Amino acid sequence: MNRYRDDPAAVRALVRDDAVHRDVYTDPEIFRLEMERLWPRTWIYVGHASQVPAAGDFITCDIGTVPVLMIRQPDGGVRVLRNRCAHKGAKLVSEWSGNAGRFMRCPYHNWSYRTDGSIAAIPFRQGYDGTGFADCEAVRGLRPVASETYRDFVFARLSEHGPGFRDYFGESLSSIDYMADRSPEGDMEVAGGVLRYMHDSNWKMFVENLNDTMHPMAAHESSAGTAKELWADQPAEAPKPMAIEQLVPFAGSYDFFDKMGVRVFANGHSYSGVHFSIHSSYAAVPDYEAAMRRAYGEERAKDILGTVRHNTVYYPSLTIKGAIQTIRVVRPVAVDRTLIESYSFRLKAAPDIFFKRNVTYTRLINSPLSVVGHDDQQCYRLIQEGLAADGNEWISLHRDYRPEEREARDLTVNGTSEVSMRNQFRAWVQFMGAA
Amino acid sequence: MTEGEVVRFIYREARLLDEKRWDEWYSLFSEDAHYWVPLTRNQPDAEFHTSLAYEDRLLLRLRIERLRRRPPSQHPESWSQHVLQAPEIERHGEDSWLTRTAFFYAEARGDAMQTLAGVVLHHLVAQEGALRIRLKQVNLLNCDAALPSIQLFL
Repeated sequence: MNRYRDDPAAVRALVRDDAVHRDVYTDPEIFRLEMERLWPRTWIYVGHASQVPAAGDFITCDIGTVPVLMIRQPDGGVRVLRNRCAHKGAKLVSEWSGNAGRFMRCPYHNWSYRTDGSIAAIPFRQGYDGTGFADCEAVRGLRPVASETYRDFVFARLSEHGPGFRDYFGESLSSIDYMADRSPEGDMEVAGGVLRYMHDSNWKMFVENLNDTMHPMAAHESSAGTAKELWADQPAEAPKPMAIEQLVPFAGSYDFFDKMGVRVFANGHSYSGVHFSIHSSYAAVPDYEAAMRRAYGEERAKDILGTVRHNTVYYPSLTIKGAIQTIRVVRPVAVDRTLIESYSFRLKAAPDIFFKRNVTYTRLINSPLSVVGHDDQQCYRLIQEGLAADGNEWISLHRDYRPEEREARDLTVNGTSEVSMRNQFRAWVQFMGAA
Repeated sequence: MTEGEVVRFIYREARLLDEKRWDEWYSLFSEDAHYWVPLTRNQPDAEFHTSLAYEDRLLLRLRIERLRRRPPSQHPESWSQHVLQAPEIERHGEDSWLTRTAFFYAEARGDAMQTLAGVVLHHLVAQEGALRIRLKQVNLLNCDAALPSIQLFL
């Protein structure tokens, strides 16, 4: 079925200014086109350089449905390579992480590669003499992928054509700065393991949910509301357990989430929590704040510590929470299947309490056993099932729609606006154009 | 406390969960108890490493009260079945026991059912003549896999 592949107008017609067609979530052909167009043409998060500290260290992942590996070079740089033997096409490295030493070797015929992807050796190579092998694609080894490293966040763009890194992310990169700058040394490292939560829904539902500020008071009433009740009898001065401190704000009012604000950028990026967020009222850590003032000066320290953005979406693959130093990475598997990976970061030269907060938050919110996650998942799944049925084919995105937002490249509005979703779909249409 | 009493306690704990007798189950835990599902094999601690779950009594109470409210994700309701191998006593002191029990766990919801396997370690103490759980550590066989929602207690 090629209803959309050869018909760019039909793809464009799936997105209106204030609504989207259900096929964007349910149609397997659209999913394939997303993996061929949207994901390769945009900058996708691969990993953090701290995960591969020494030469030969690697991690593997998929960009859309293309296996890649990120590997530290002998000169200290980080490269992203297609994880596919140039000979028969076998996936070359099958561990999630490790050290390749100086060479990576395919288990089938022992073709071996240097860490830059070039072929180091092919056994009994004279068999290729006098053939067309020297001119074929295979001789180039593992094909490198364009990658950019920003504050140790490594992104890659599979396609040779597409926007430049800075043009693509623009001012939205400030959320990464605000996260890393919470370390007095401006540095952090991935630590404490990765949570892998399989969602049985389309990847866009998860991405849209990150700045959907109209759902917590409904979907999370069962968890945050219960937390609030359990703590209700405690005197005001009683020290709050971290879990209470973190869960109760999810039960904030509509007014709270509206006043929080949302900011959108060109190419689908956004963050909510422009003015304050659910992370605003964590207990102060005076010694650390003094260290921050020494490191950055009064004004910048105040700016960093006062910036508590809720979720920043680096469309389409990465969402970060700078105030708590955790990230969630979106790995689409099928039209109705999405892997969400959650990573924790340790701020260098910062007290342990921040990492403890981070580990607690990530476990409470992002684990497959999370009482918060269960209700989100249920809602995504209900949408996935509901949209499969005939009925109204258009999903409303009208909340606070204003025509002038269509041309804006950097816009801040009220927090409960659905502008972040409309903004994502404007980028979606742009990158889903003809092959 | 005899070995037989310790073993019966382990079986009863699983049965209370499968029958959703959560208040009785909750009362089996000591004041300082934790329910821990590590994220990695041989994970040394839960405070400075992410876990699938690490809950004190407050968080266990939260989980129970939330389930009672029939939250969105409990339509339809989930049901569990623990299948335990005979518990082994790994070591014991005057008033404390460490037991190791291999298990299969099934969680059903509507037409879907998932199964998990692993080993559960019970750190038990005798308090006022009764056994109490100080730590229930559930080592899932596939703790590092991409897991779907697991909604009830392992």
